[in-house]
Amino acid sequence: MGIVPGMIKGLGVTAKTAYDTMFPDGPLKPPSPSKGAVTVQYPHEKETPTARARGVIALQEDNCTACMLCARECPDWCIYIEGHKEKAPPRRAGGKPRQKNKLDRFDIDFALCMYCGICVEVCPFDALFWSPEYEFSEPRIADLLHDKSRLAEWMETVPDFESYESGSEAKVRKVPR
Amino acid sequence: MIGLAFWIETTFRSAGGLAAVLLPAGPLVYLYLFKMMSFMQSRLGPMEAGPAGSMQLLAEVGKFLQKEDLFPAKADRIVFAAAPFVVLVSSFLLVVVVPFGPDAWFVNLDTGVFFAMAVSSVSVIGILMAGWASASKYSMLGGLRAAGQLIAYELPLVLAVMGVVIQAGTLNMQDIVLAQAEGEIFGFGGIGNPFIITQFLGFVIFMIAMQAELTQPPFDMPVAESELVTGYITEYSGMRFLLFFIGEFATAGIFAMIASVLFLGGWWVPGIDPDSNLFNILGPAVMFAKVLGVTFLVFWFRITYPRFREDQLQKLAWKVLIPLSLLNIVITGILKVAF
Amino acid sequence: MTAISDGEKLRHIGEQATDARMNIEIETEGMTLNIGPQHPATHGTLRIVAKLDGEQVVAAEPIMGYMHRGYEKLAEVRTYPQVTTLVNRIDWVGSFANETPFILAAEKLMEIEAPPRAQYIRTILHEMSRIANVMLGIGDMGVQVGAVTPVFLAFRDREYVLNQIEAATGGRFHPNFDRIGGLKDDLPAGWIQNTKNAMEKVEEFCDTIETLMYGNEIFQARTRGIGIIPKDVGLAYGLSGVNIRASGVDWDVRRDAMPQGLVYDQIDWKVWTHPDGDCYSRMWVRLQEVREGAKIVRALLGQIPAGPVMAKVPRIIKVPAGEAFVETENPLGVMGYYIVSKGDLNPFRVKIRSASFSNISITPWLLKGVYVPDIIAILGSLYFILGDIDR
Repeated sequence: MGIVPGMIKGLGVTAKTAYDTMFPDGPLKPPSPSKGAVTVQYPHEKETPTARARGVIALQEDNCTACMLCARECPDWCIYIEGHKEKAPPRRAGGKPRQKNKLDRFDIDFALCMYCGICVEVCPFDALFWSPEYEFSEPRIADLLHDKSRLAEWMETVPDFESYESGSEAKVRKVPR
Repeated sequence: MIGLAFWIETTFRSAGGLAAVLLPAGPLVYLYLFKMMSFMQSRLGPMEAGPAGSMQLLAEVGKFLQKEDLFPAKADRIVFAAAPFVVLVSSFLLVVVVPFGPDAWFVNLDTGVFFAMAVSSVSVIGILMAGWASASKYSMLGGLRAAGQLIAYELPLVLAVMGVVIQAGTLNMQDIVLAQAEGEIFGFGGIGNPFIITQFLGFVIFMIAMQAELTQPPFDMPVAESELVTGYITEYSGMRFLLFFIGEFATAGIFAMIASVLFLGGWWVPGIDPDSNLFNILGPAVMFAKVLGVTFLVFWFRITYPRFREDQLQKLAWKVLIPLSLLNIVITGILKVAF
Repeated sequence: MTAISDGEKLRHIGEQATDARMNIEIETEGMTLNIGPQHPATHGTLRIVAKLDGEQVVAAEPIMGYMHRGYEKLAEVRTYPQVTTLVNRIDWVGSFANETPFILAAEKLMEIEAPPRAQYIRTILHEMSRIANVMLGIGDMGVQVGAVTPVFLAFRDREYVLNQIEAATGGRFHPNFDRIGGLKDDLPAGWIQNTKNAMEKVEEFCDTIETLMYGNEIFQARTRGIGIIPKDVGLAYGLSGVNIRASGVDWDVRRDAMPQGLVYDQIDWKVWTHPDGDCYSRMWVRLQEVREGAKIVRALLGQIPAGPVMAKVPRIIKVPAGEAFVETENPLGVMGYYIVSKGDLNPFRVKIRSASFSNISITPWLLKGVYVPDIIAILGSLYFILGDIDR
């Protein structure tokens, strides 16, 4: 214990925090606590999450081949995929008609999902992406089951991949748009 | 107030008493509990209800009024229901002797200080009732702690006031204000003689004991939320919880009033003749300003400090505060005789 | 420094007196107080059955398992990459640190070593999760002893660390970033500089909280000489981490038994100990750990080598048959994973040694003879996370 008792210094800490919150621009400026406070008044102003933030999963439907890898790797089995094979017109004239996997159903149950990102990671065809969008709560839990059209809508909110820190050998991927 | 019929005057004074208890509580909660506490923690506090959240307390009251009035299954229903009112009654009794101006008083008791100190203990009964009747172990522990604490701190509170009483030579609150207004410090009467200057030790002891009487941190063991959930209030909900809540802050306001009467010159400000009729209007405003000043300290301590353990609290009361206040009385007595 | 012997002697006398008073003197009945499962001080659903004589504890027993989620069993039916996302949820405020020992154990079985860049980033994130965890513990201790402000300041400044964890891993609380053989991704541009700034905030927080809380005489009165754990008792109960270092045992897995795959040996740092073993010294060592953690992170950030972050690992991970045990120094203490593999996609058996489970086991010994408020102070200073107890 120094000359000033710790209890007085403690009062100083709270007073200083209050001062910093009320007068973030200095003592002569008018007080603006909404700027000095670290909190964000949520529905009115929003924080922007980082580009990597795992908010919601977006589906690029054209890339999906219904290979079921994501559904199989999902730790809590919240992805439901159904598909059938279709004959697509041949790529070159006179060629054989191609086999194509057509996606009938691609549902993710976000009530079950634990946002681990394994599905996005294992997808070999760049069909799944993370979007930092976080406002998709629903009054009914069943509505958290997003079907493929809903998942495709999230595609617009997917940000571009960030460039890497110096010294990295990883290649920056591209989001198909 | 000369010339009014007795019943008119009584009605005025009763209405004023209600206002004096309930009106300061709202601003105190908003200014200090909501806003100052938030700013001291780098946040904004309530912002939605009214401009800058100023109507938040009304919203809370509305919420509590809608809640179900629950009784625990094994509770002693009558005692349980009555307890919050007993606590609130002590606040109303306390405000009775506080003067707000030369004529703006509720009851001008000759033994005002004595009365105030006596009725301030009534709330202990209410708290014990609440703690016992809740039929909950946490409540009971909280109630018992509260009783022990309030009784222990009653003593330094009274002894700290004794210095003021000796110096003023009266137990009448109104006369104490006048004694401060007409007093002189070594022949200089410009600012009167607010007893905080001559009775500084008494003021410090009074503030500490007051903090403990109000069960505000660092003396909030009766309602310690991390130990006893909320102590004797644990089982209360709805309206009755609200009464406890109002009681807590109303009592904070009233104790601050008593502190400002005893130590800060009450409704009087330097520069104006204390007999002037102006003070009947100005007095309440002056009192409110002084109350804000005193409660600022109370809440500043509340926000900053951790709480004591009860044995440490008792030790502080019996081994430090009471000897100090006795010393204060002795010194005041000697000086009173000497000068 | 408090005189330990006196405190111990006093407590021994107190214990004797308690027993005597309960039985003979006034023939009072004791009271059993259930602290928890729902109680503000148990940060979750821990239940402590305390037998009281007045306000003094005669006997106390922790009852765990209200939040058991069976991760050891769940891990047996998940593939290795899926297990990391489960173990994130064990100690949920310092979650990256939960992945590290599991991944290291799996790497040990597969005989893979992560590239140096991955090892550095892994160590940085491990240390950042320690900072995030322990900062919360310090703030929480404030609430336990009745001060409202420290916890808000802790949450405020912890946010800077969490933001950086999120910027790198994508998850604030459940990063799921560690992979067998490296990391999921490399760091985004600008991360190193931002993290250095965040570390400055952390150090600022340490100074603030030291003035506000540690320097406060009431806080010292509440924590000094309370809940003293002597060295031998602590070791006998299997305490680890800060709780044992505060009793004067100079043992830190990061320094003394660092597993392959972390890089704590590349920099200079200090293991903090305290001779007292009371609540205050535990909290004091925690504060120094945060400071030291910030220093470690800053030093490591300066020397991250260039290179890949992922070694060559087969796409479908099958861990060869065998057994491996790896433990690391986690925010709450030593955490270890014992993996038995039969060469499948799934581990055959996973045993999780979590720190809080052992740390909380000392409570029956420690809580005897203290007052009710001290229970809370002691629990706060032991600092457990319920998920880490129940798994």
